[in-house]
Amino acid sequence: MSPRLVWRKSVSVMMLSLTGVCALAGVSVLLFILGYLLWYGGKYINWDFVTQLPKPVGETGGGMANAIVGSAKLLLLAALTGVPVGFFGGVYLSEFGGKTFAFLVRYTTDLLNGVPSIVMGIFAYTVVVLPMRHFSTLAGGLALGVMMIPIAVRSTEEFLRAIPTALREGALALGASKWKTIVKVVIPAAAGGIVTGIMLDLARVAGETAPLIFTSFNNRFWSSGWNQPIASLPVMIYTYALGPYDDWHRQAWAAGLILLLLVLAANIVARTVLARRSTAREM
Amino acid sequence: MATLQGMSAMEKTPTKMEPDEVSKPSNGRPQPKLLVSALNFFYGKRQALLDVTIQIPENRITGLIGPSGCGKSTFLRTLNRMYEIVPHARAEGRIELDGQNLMELDAMEVRRRVGMVFQKSNPFPKSIFDNVAFGLRVNRIVRRGELHEAVERSLRRAALWDEVKDSLHDSAYKLSGGQQQRLCIARALAVDPEVLLLDEPCSALDPIATAKIEELLFGLKKLCTVVLVTHNMQQAARVADVTGFFLLGRLIEFNTTEVIFKTPASRQTEDYITGRFG
Ligand SMILES: Nc1ncnc2c1ncn2[C@@H]1O[C@H](COP(=O)(O)OP(=O)(O)OP(=O)(O)O)[C@@H](O)[C@H]1O
Ligand SMILES: [Mg+2]
Repeated sequence: MSPRLVWRKSVSVMMLSLTGVCALAGVSVLLFILGYLLWYGGKYINWDFVTQLPKPVGETGGGMANAIVGSAKLLLLAALTGVPVGFFGGVYLSEFGGKTFAFLVRYTTDLLNGVPSIVMGIFAYTVVVLPMRHFSTLAGGLALGVMMIPIAVRSTEEFLRAIPTALREGALALGASKWKTIVKVVIPAAAGGIVTGIMLDLARVAGETAPLIFTSFNNRFWSSGWNQPIASLPVMIYTYALGPYDDWHRQAWAAGLILLLLVLAANIVARTVLARRSTAREM
Repeated sequence: MATLQGMSAMEKTPTKMEPDEVSKPSNGRPQPKLLVSALNFFYGKRQALLDVTIQIPENRITGLIGPSGCGKSTFLRTLNRMYEIVPHARAEGRIELDGQNLMELDAMEVRRRVGMVFQKSNPFPKSIFDNVAFGLRVNRIVRRGELHEAVERSLRRAALWDEVKDSLHDSAYKLSGGQQQRLCIARALAVDPEVLLLDEPCSALDPIATAKIEELLFGLKKLCTVVLVTHNMQQAARVADVTGFFLLGRLIEFNTTEVIFKTPASRQTEDYITGRFG
């Protein structure tokens, strides 16, 4: 072998091992976190933990039922506000977007996506919490909803764009209006992907802490209605992990595990839906 | 003036036109269904059709042949105004559908009256039934109770009914390629089009599936006017009553299929048909 070939081969081997090592590192971080959480949090998850309120400060035991319900309520609000805006924005960009305006919308959503979550929290604090004069579920849900918009817009747009022109032409050629073509053919064909994107988006904001500290704050009790501060898993983790009690630390681990499992479950559901969709399309 | 006006064909072989059944008017004989005159077509600055003038006879199969890129699909898309969804595409000239100016009609109405089947079958990701019912539903053509009947009729016309009658609610993607293409034909027929445009409908099909579709086209003549673009010369010879030859955006020759294939007036047509180029 010529020296040149030897050199090329060794570079190739080196690069291959490098990419392999990096891929492995990526996977092991996730496995490490999961294992750690399972190890520390797993043994503290019990029936009490998911059904009871937190015990008064200093006492051991109790649970985070209110935070689990709280996270669910916040995510529901986030979905109710973020998903419609994101979805219709995505439909607009993909199906009607002109040049300049669409460019502007895309650009600003990308910027919005890059805004740090703590800034979002301060923003929601200023526009919702300050005028209302108190922390509330509403403010927290809105903050998460706004955070959902950029990814909901872009993923909806991408999935709609991926629908082949041939399908649109098929509908138009039958005398369908553009609007009916979109509603009856394009969106149903992309539904699986769109739903997946939105699920992943929800999973992403489920773990947000900073915006909630400024908006829904925390609550050691059940929160009735939408107008009071409310407990949520990320904020409880934050509070308990920084607290001085061992029992709190254990509960923080358990809450972390529950949050991760919820996110993982959403991911898996979303991905299986998507996988089934795409095989159906190939058939 | 004769009904058929192939550009160069007219001057060179006027006598051949006379005895053709397609060129005679009325009483069972065809009228021009579509009348295209001086059609020029542009994709942006690029001209794709030059001065095309043609009269498509009613209740006949008109075959369009020509080498790849000569503008056959473009021409077809002017007849149902599907070109309008291409940005910067522009058509000049006049097209009449039953004497009405096509450009002044509502585009959706035009597309309902002039149906289209594409080269690559494009069933919707829905059930077989919903595919056929789509056009009926969006155009509100039949009442709810009659929907099933109308779907069955269309599937029968497309010679697909017997193969799918027990699986109407299965996904259209479960059908074979040839069945999918017939489904697309059924879907187009469901709205009772006056004209059916087919753009190389058999190019992805095996000879058996092709034969089925050709047979079906014969039957369709009674119902509507058919315009068939094909790369397959034998297919044009087999099914078309009249044939047009396109080259580089021009309609070189248009005449009865027999004349085009046996005694073409133009040297270019002859070269293409005998396989000397294209
Ligand atoms: N959307 C488009 N934008 C720009 N140019 C186009 C477009 N569609 C077609 N053309 C051009 O117009 C010319 C005619 O194309 P057309 O598709 O009508 O040809 P065709 O005869 O159908 O060819 P084929 O037999 O390969 O299908 C070609 O030169 C093509 O490059
Ligand atoms: Mg073509």
